[in-house]
Amino acid sequence: MSEIKAIAVGMNSCGVAAGARETYEAIEKALAEKALDIPLKIVGCVGMCYREPLVDIITDEEIITYGHVTPKKVSRILEEHVINGKPIEEWIVKKDRLENGERKTWDVDGYFAKQKKIVLENSGYINPEDINEYLEAGGYEALKKALKMQPDEIIEVITKSGLRGRGGAGFPTGLKWKFARQATGEKIIICNADEGDPGAFMDRNVLEGDPHRVIEGMIIGAYAIGASIGYIYVRAEYPLAIKRLKIALKQAREHGFLGENILGSGFSFDIRIKEGAGAFVCGEETALIASIEGKRGMPRPRPPYPAQKGLFGKPTNINNVETWANVPWIIKHGWEEYASLGTEKSKGTKVFALSGKIKHGGNVEVPMGTTLKEILYEIGGGTKTGKKIKAVQLGGPSGGCIPDYLFDTPVDYESVNATGAIMGSGGMVVMDEDTCMVDVAKFFLDFSVKESCGKCTFCRLGTKRMWEILDRITMGEGTMEDIDELEKLAPMVKAGSLCGLGQTAPNPVLTTLRYFRDEYIAHVKDKRCPAKVCKPLIQYVIIPDKCTGCTACAIFCPVKAITGEKLKPHIIDQEACVKCGTCYNVCKFDAIKIVDAYEGD
Amino acid sequence: MDMDYIYSYEPEPSSLIPLLQKTQEHFGYLPEEALEEISRYLNIPLSRVYGVATFYAQFRFEPLGKYVIKICHGTACHVNGAVNIAEAIKEEIGIEEGQTTEDGLVTLERVACLGCCSLAPVIMINDKVYGKLTPDKVRKIIKDLKGGKLDV
Repeated sequence: MSEIKAIAVGMNSCGVAAGARETYEAIEKALAEKALDIPLKIVGCVGMCYREPLVDIITDEEIITYGHVTPKKVSRILEEHVINGKPIEEWIVKKDRLENGERKTWDVDGYFAKQKKIVLENSGYINPEDINEYLEAGGYEALKKALKMQPDEIIEVITKSGLRGRGGAGFPTGLKWKFARQATGEKIIICNADEGDPGAFMDRNVLEGDPHRVIEGMIIGAYAIGASIGYIYVRAEYPLAIKRLKIALKQAREHGFLGENILGSGFSFDIRIKEGAGAFVCGEETALIASIEGKRGMPRPRPPYPAQKGLFGKPTNINNVETWANVPWIIKHGWEEYASLGTEKSKGTKVFALSGKIKHGGNVEVPMGTTLKEILYEIGGGTKTGKKIKAVQLGGPSGGCIPDYLFDTPVDYESVNATGAIMGSGGMVVMDEDTCMVDVAKFFLDFSVKESCGKCTFCRLGTKRMWEILDRITMGEGTMEDIDELEKLAPMVKAGSLCGLGQTAPNPVLTTLRYFRDEYIAHVKDKRCPAKVCKPLIQYVIIPDKCTGCTACAIFCPVKAITGEKLKPHIIDQEACVKCGTCYNVCKFDAIKIVDAYEGD
Repeated sequence: MDMDYIYSYEPEPSSLIPLLQKTQEHFGYLPEEALEEISRYLNIPLSRVYGVATFYAQFRFEPLGKYVIKICHGTACHVNGAVNIAEAIKEEIGIEEGQTTEDGLVTLERVACLGCCSLAPVIMINDKVYGKLTPDKVRKIIKDLKGGKLDV
């Protein structure tokens, strides 16, 4: 076995939330106690969020990754693997072999088998706070190459690569750059890192795990467009991303990649960070511009487009984090290699964030055109409950729910749009049979109601009226006319709104009505919630035959609605019950059942 | 009231949001006096300053509690039972989301997504994330917090 070069801990927000800091500290302490002189470092997230905290043991040929490494597991790993050279097979979740400079990844879940890493190629492998590790991984080579090219040549390469905006709308990036290039005067570029869709954490992972990639993409873009100032607009909810970006910008300046006369090319450019202040609508480009200018983040009509009149009235080009992160790879490997991946109209790869009821929740990067089935079952491993996946939600509050019988749909912009959902920025929330689709539609609409900036009447009031109808339906008070009303209101809200928020807010309602209409009808006609989620329509009851009288439910019940003698079946007082589900969760004997309130079967 | 930090910013309209953020970092909320000084310094009418401050969810006009509990209502948390988590917390503490207890111990906040979807449902107490929660787990956390037994 060759010498251990370093030990690394995945320390993105997801890892830290899973306890990686405690693990890191435990390793640090144990290394000191055993007087081992092995560098301990942080890395970003490799995407296996569901197995965090992750610890890598790195040699020249191999990286061995352990999963769920709690501080308790640290001493055995050090003792057996690091000191005695015997990896602990049963704890290994991933192995990377480095052959001729190429990385071959194997993992215990088959999670990486179908993935193709471009945007995430360094995530989880390099220390995001150390520019030297990015440089060793070939970082800033693309910039050096680009600075020797003509700006028009770069735009041509990006156009031919087929790269489209990864924020969700899918506008061709090369064309966008061309418009900005044609504008005159001082120009600005912006990186939109206001990742706000609930269930989306792709951009956070890139910014925290490989910030230089985004910066390098922006410098190349600025050179191609002729911009002298760049902004990264990051949501304030991402403090670690902001911290690592600040470190990366400072290092990039020290290395001459940013600032005056970059690498002696005569081209000057620098980047500033602007923190968002908690408004989802600022993901919309004109609202984002207003926010940087110090105003309320409200969108304005286009034209003029930002490429003509953007930030501070200057021509402005805005791209999403993932779009920028693709740029260095395309320049380095050429447009042909990029365009060879994907489908006819959607090239390259796309990063998705898998969450919800999925077994393997985390970040995945797949070639465009991979089917939903492959992502959800082969990579995602199905549900963690073992139940069937009923639907997957794509595109957050702007997107829609795709039912299981459409899981052969390939992920590309056109195919996903055809289902009524949108590609969106990459959030994929998995739902099983315990998810109520009316409740999900209400949840997303609730989000849009709260985040509507209030400028357009149809968005401000229309979404609210739609929410009220859904609320009635989930209470068992809806009528069939209510469903008609929803379908009438939806196109009006779409047509009467200025920006993407209102134009897409009805999508979750429309797609659930299209694919899960029977669930709406069950709520309206039978006063029944098939998934047993909507509280006014369900009851918790105890099955006497199964109840052992262990009293756990009675002890935990917050409203003391459960009574009974020890070792005898208990009963729930339906008047007092608040339907919190605590008893259901604490019962070890499956003696609590959720039934329809109106039938009480 | 120490407001010298204000003068280190460029006196231009685009400094408004960063200044509001700095003010909140400094005082824990946006005190009226600070907003008036910002209005004067940036030469922006006070109504506009308030217009911006009230638009963004991040800004508060009252001091925060010692412990800030952020309840995540993201999609992943929602389908994994965030509503029941929120109910349990509200019952234990006796306030609604957006409120602070009278003794100033706890502020309850509702957030759209903390980005820890693979640990759903999650809450954040000060800077620490608690994941894979159930209503009874969260009740225990709150009881520990009230009893001063929580290390955050």
